Amino acid sequence: MSEIKVSCEALRQTEEICRKFHNDPGELISILHETQNTLGYLPLPVQRVIARELGVPAQKVYGVVTFYSFFSMVPKGKYPVSVCLGTACYVRGSDKVLEEFKRVLGIEVGETTPDGKFSLDCLRCVGACGLAPVATIGEKVYGRLNPSDIKKIVAEFDA
Amino acid sequence: MINLTIDGRPVSVAKGTTVLDAAASVGIAIPALCHIDLKGTCVKNSPASCRICVVEIEGRRNLAPSCATMVTEGMVVKTNSARVVRARKTVAELILSDHPNDCLTCPKCNHCELQKLVTRFNIREMTYKGEQSERKHEQTVAITRNMDKCILCRRCESVCNNVQTVGVLGAIRRGFDATIAPTFDRMFSETDCTYCGQCVAVCPTGALTERDNTDRLLDDLCNPDKIVVAQPAPAVRVALGEEFGYEPGTIVTGKLATSLRRLGFDYVFDTDFAADLTIMEEGAEILHRLKAYLGGDKSVKLPIMTSCCPAWVNFYEHQFPDLKDYPSSAKSPAQMFGAIAKTYWAQKMGIPREKLVVVSIMPCLAKKYECEREEFKVDGNPDVDYSISTRELARLIKRSNIDFRCLEDTDFDKPLGESSGAAAIFGATGGVMEAALRTVYEVYTGKTLPRIDFQEVRGLEGIKEATIDLAGFPLKVCVAHTLGNARYLMEKLRKGELDYHVVEVMACPGGCIDGAGQPYHHGNVEIIKARARAIYAEDAGKPIRKSHENPDIQKLYKEFLGEPMSERAHHLLHTQYFDKSIK
Repeated sequence: MSEIKVSCEALRQTEEICRKFHNDPGELISILHETQNTLGYLPLPVQRVIARELGVPAQKVYGVVTFYSFFSMVPKGKYPVSVCLGTACYVRGSDKVLEEFKRVLGIEVGETTPDGKFSLDCLRCVGACGLAPVATIGEKVYGRLNPSDIKKIVAEFDA
Repeated sequence: MINLTIDGRPVSVAKGTTVLDAAASVGIAIPALCHIDLKGTCVKNSPASCRICVVEIEGRRNLAPSCATMVTEGMVVKTNSARVVRARKTVAELILSDHPNDCLTCPKCNHCELQKLVTRFNIREMTYKGEQSERKHEQTVAITRNMDKCILCRRCESVCNNVQTVGVLGAIRRGFDATIAPTFDRMFSETDCTYCGQCVAVCPTGALTERDNTDRLLDDLCNPDKIVVAQPAPAVRVALGEEFGYEPGTIVTGKLATSLRRLGFDYVFDTDFAADLTIMEEGAEILHRLKAYLGGDKSVKLPIMTSCCPAWVNFYEHQFPDLKDYPSSAKSPAQMFGAIAKTYWAQKMGIPREKLVVVSIMPCLAKKYECEREEFKVDGNPDVDYSISTRELARLIKRSNIDFRCLEDTDFDKPLGESSGAAAIFGATGGVMEAALRTVYEVYTGKTLPRIDFQEVRGLEGIKEATIDLAGFPLKVCVAHTLGNARYLMEKLRKGELDYHVVEVMACPGGCIDGAGQPYHHGNVEIIKARARAIYAEDAGKPIRKSHENPDIQKLYKEFLGEPMSERAHHLLHTQYFDKSIK
C-alpha cells in the first residue's frame, strides 16, 4: 500500500483535533470521528500523527480504523454513491443495483474511482423505503431503481 | 487465604489467585491456550479469548474462563465434568475449523500447543469444515510469519506492546477478516520491529517461527571448497540439552562442541572468546568515558550503555535515535568474533576470506538480522555469514543421525575457543555488567577484586541497581531486561533524569537464556531460572573468571590488536548506529 500524500494543513488540523481532546488515548474513537468529518478520510500519515499525539502505537490506531466500517482510509469521490441494503431495499433487489454500480464504476464497495469522481458504499435505510430500492449520490436520492437505469444515471454525473 | 473446592478437593490459596492457578497448586492441570504467564517476569497474556480453559462453577449459569476468574470463598469448581469436557472439545474443534490441517509439515510440529490440545481432547476428525481465512505470509531475515496458522490468542500482541513496548504487532479488521499484523499491515521490515522475536517465543502455533537457515548450513558443510567455522553463544549450552530430554539447566558444553564437529564444522570455536574481547573493548570505553567525565569533560555521554543485544540496538536506532551516542560503540561478541576470525585467524591460517564461512549458533533471532547489516560486511562479504538458533541446531543434530546423549565431551578449538567465566554469564540478564565490573574494577584500581560475584546485578527483577566502590568512586550501575524496561530508562535519559554511569540492557526477559531462538519454554518460568543457575554454575566452574585474564585474549592484543580501542581494534571491533526512525 503506497502512502497517500497529505497536505501539511490536514496534518495540522489533525494535531489540533487531538489537542482539543487533550491528547487523551481514551478519546481515540472521538478523535478519529472528528478527523474523518473534517478531512473526509483517515489516510496513514494522519493516523501516524494521531498515534504520535496520543503516545500510542500507530498499529493501535490502524486497528481501530480497520475495525469500524464507518472509518475510511480512502478519500470519498466527488460524487459519493451509497446503495441502501436495508431490508425493504434488499428484498426489492438492491443487491443487483449494487452489482451494477460496481460493474459500471469498475470499483468495489469502499473504493473510489481513479479519477476521484465516484466512490461506492452501502448503507442501511435512508428512510425512503416506499421508493425501494434506493441509492443516493451526494445529496440526491434515486428511488425505484432498476439495474438497467444505472448506466444512464452515472453518465449524468460523468458529463 | 481463600478456601474453595476444585473437583471435590479442598484448596486454599491467596486472594487474587485465578482458578487456573489454584487448580494447578493441587495438581489439576486445566488446559489453556491463549493464556501465558511467565511468573516473575512481565510476560503475561490472559484475554480469556480462546475459551479452552473453561470450568463449571456452582451457581453460575455459564462456563467461566479459569485463567481470568478469581477464586472466591466457598467456590465449588468442576474442571472435568462432562459438560466442561464437551465444551472444551467443541471450542478446540471450532478453532481447528479455521486452521490449516498441515501439521505433518508445519515447522511447529511437536511443539505446537494447539496440536497438543487436539491430542489431549481426543479429537480424531475435523468436525467443522468450512471456509478458511486467507492471511499474510512473510519471510524476513529473522522471523517467518504464516498468519493462516494464527488462532488470534494475542500473545504476540501482548509481548510486543506490553512487555517490549515496540508496538508493531496488533489486531486489525474484524470478524472473519481479523488478523494480527505489523504496523499498517505492512511487512516487518517496513516497521519498527526489532526482531527480538519474543512474539515467536510465545506463539502457541506455527504462525510465528524463526527463519530457518539449516538447509543453507548443510550445503556449506557439504561443500569441500568452504571452511566452515562455528561459534555458539553462552546461552546455547545451558538450553540445547532440553531438546534431547535433559532436565532444564543441564550444561552440555562438551557435547555441544562434539556435535558441531560431527556435523562437519571444520573448526569449533566459541562466541565466549569474543565475549571476553567485548569486555576488553567495552571496559576500556567505560573507563575512557569515566575518566573524561571525572576530568571535568561535561560533554561525555553517560551512562554508557551495553550494545551486545541486537534487538536493543534496533530498538534505539528506531525509537531513540537522538540518544544513539550513549550506547557503547563496541560490536556484539558474535560480530567481534566474525571480524577477528576473518582477519587475524584467517591470515594466521592462510585461508582466503571468501572460502571462510562463519556461522553463529545463537539463542536469538535478531542475530540473523544483525549479521546482514551492511556495516558488518567487507566488499559484500559478511563477518558472520549467517546465524542459526539453538532450536535449528537441535533439529540439524537429529537430522544428521547424531545421538546427542551418547556424545563424549570435547573442548572448543584454540585459539578462538578459550574463554573465562565472565564470558559465560553474558547469557543471563546482568551478566555483561558483572563481567565488565570484574575487569573495570581491576584495571581501574590496579587491585584484585575482593569478591568476584556481584550478586546485586543477578536475578529476574526488571530493573536492578547497584553502587560499586571503585577505589573511593561510587560507580552507579543499572541492569534492565525487556525493551519495556529499556524504554523506561531511555525516557528518563531523554529528560536528563537517569543518574547512572553504566547501564546494561537485554531485550529478552531474563536475558539471552530466554532468547527467541531457545527451546520453547511454553510459559514455564522455572525453565528460565534453571538456565540462569546453569549459567552461573558454568562461570563458577571455570579456572579463569575474568576476561582480561584469558591468555588467548592477551595474545590476540599482543600479536594483532595492540591495545583495547587501538586504531585496529576500533576499525574491527567497533561500530556506529543510525537513525532508523520512521518519519
